[in-house]
Amino acid sequence: MASTHALASGMGGMRTAGDLVARMQITRGMRLTQAKEYVAGKLGCSLRDLADPVAMHDIRGELGLGRIPVQDLTYANEPGGLEAKFRIAAVLGVPINSVERFRRRAGIDG
Amino acid sequence: MERRIATRLGDGSFIELTPSEIEADLVAGSEMGAKRSKAPVLGDDEIAHLLDIFASEAKFSAVDLGDEVVLSFDGCGNADAGTPVSDLIIYQNHHGADSVELWHHDYSYKAVKTVLSFETQAMKDAQMMVVAPLNYGAMPDLGRYSMPDGPVPNWSELLPLGRIAEARASQVEAGVYATRDMVHVADAMVEAGADGLDFDTSGAAGDGDLLATLNAVRQIRAAWPEAGIEVGMAGECVLGMHGELEFEGRRLAGMWPKDQLAAATAAGATIFGPAVNVNTTKSVAWNVARACTIVKPCMAAATIPVHMNAGMGVGGVPMSAYPPTDATARVSRALVDILKLDGL
Repeated sequence: MASTHALASGMGGMRTAGDLVARMQITRGMRLTQAKEYVAGKLGCSLRDLADPVAMHDIRGELGLGRIPVQDLTYANEPGGLEAKFRIAAVLGVPINSVERFRRRAGIDG
Repeated sequence: MERRIATRLGDGSFIELTPSEIEADLVAGSEMGAKRSKAPVLGDDEIAHLLDIFASEAKFSAVDLGDEVVLSFDGCGNADAGTPVSDLIIYQNHHGADSVELWHHDYSYKAVKTVLSFETQAMKDAQMMVVAPLNYGAMPDLGRYSMPDGPVPNWSELLPLGRIAEARASQVEAGVYATRDMVHVADAMVEAGADGLDFDTSGAAGDGDLLATLNAVRQIRAAWPEAGIEVGMAGECVLGMHGELEFEGRRLAGMWPKDQLAAATAAGATIFGPAVNVNTTKSVAWNVARACTIVKPCMAAATIPVHMNAGMGVGGVPMSAYPPTDATARVSRALVDILKLDGL
């Protein structure tokens, strides 16, 4: 069922900008159109690009927002996991709880 | 003679209907939703669009390019392969989830409180690996606080005996405990790094259940201004198990989605998830038309995202162990197309 919804109407998660748009909804309460426009503005891309895995693969790579490995297509030398969330917080201009706590607990300034 | 189209009932079983019969079901479903909730019926153009979706013989249906919405999944995974943390990675990487949720098998804030240290450790560990927004979710589950599982007298037993005042007092007392537990878990999860909390099936035990949740949301919002808070409902109309409970001066019993949304927004939620229950003896088309009619008043009024519940037995998705792809895809597309939802 989850996969059906994802294919029928979902943005595509980390394959695209779905997680980024979701973050603006969850933590900022933005409606969908507002969230999409906000993210597109921050990424410097079109609204159509947001749900396009071809476009977003390159954009996420350039901005270090994390990419999903697919078989032999891996990204060990790119930001991933919490590293990517540091980049997402900076690019979107929103605080991310796990990033802030890691920063504080690891004694990282700034 | 009209062609007959293979479609589904609300229990997932196949049925064959002609396009005229499907259209009649769509109209009847909308009229039933309007009658119960006092919302307007769907317009002719909306019925026509739904008919296009449900009279198609294609196995799959999907929204147009550009109309994709955010999918916020509750309870990610089956816990049948790997760990809860690996379930989250699977949903993020393989299912295209836009947000994910860490959860415990005993999906109740009262139960989670007893294993909280393990759940918070899992949240912390997961936040190291997961990129998508990661919430923690469970149910308010007010009934869990009544005897024999909880400390307060069981109002479901008192009500049939006519002991109304005692039943009401029990629900209020249970609500205090439930709110305390929800806030306690939320505090710990935010400290562990959670992006937000999900209160799933709010109102399942009626107005007392919803009030406990709204009170918890208010306290959590005050303590954690940046946290995401999702309030997902249990059903389309709040049952008046108490009957006189109010939130910010408005009685909760009898509330339909639009008023539920207002209450959740006032409490401080960042996402609201309406739920419309499926009638298993009616067609999926009937159920979807009814669901769209009931929820549609939310959309113009919403100032926070509306993520309609479209899981097993709600929103039109059949109530079956393996919701069939053909039906689920149609429901997914229909809800987004008609309601212009912010997510599912």
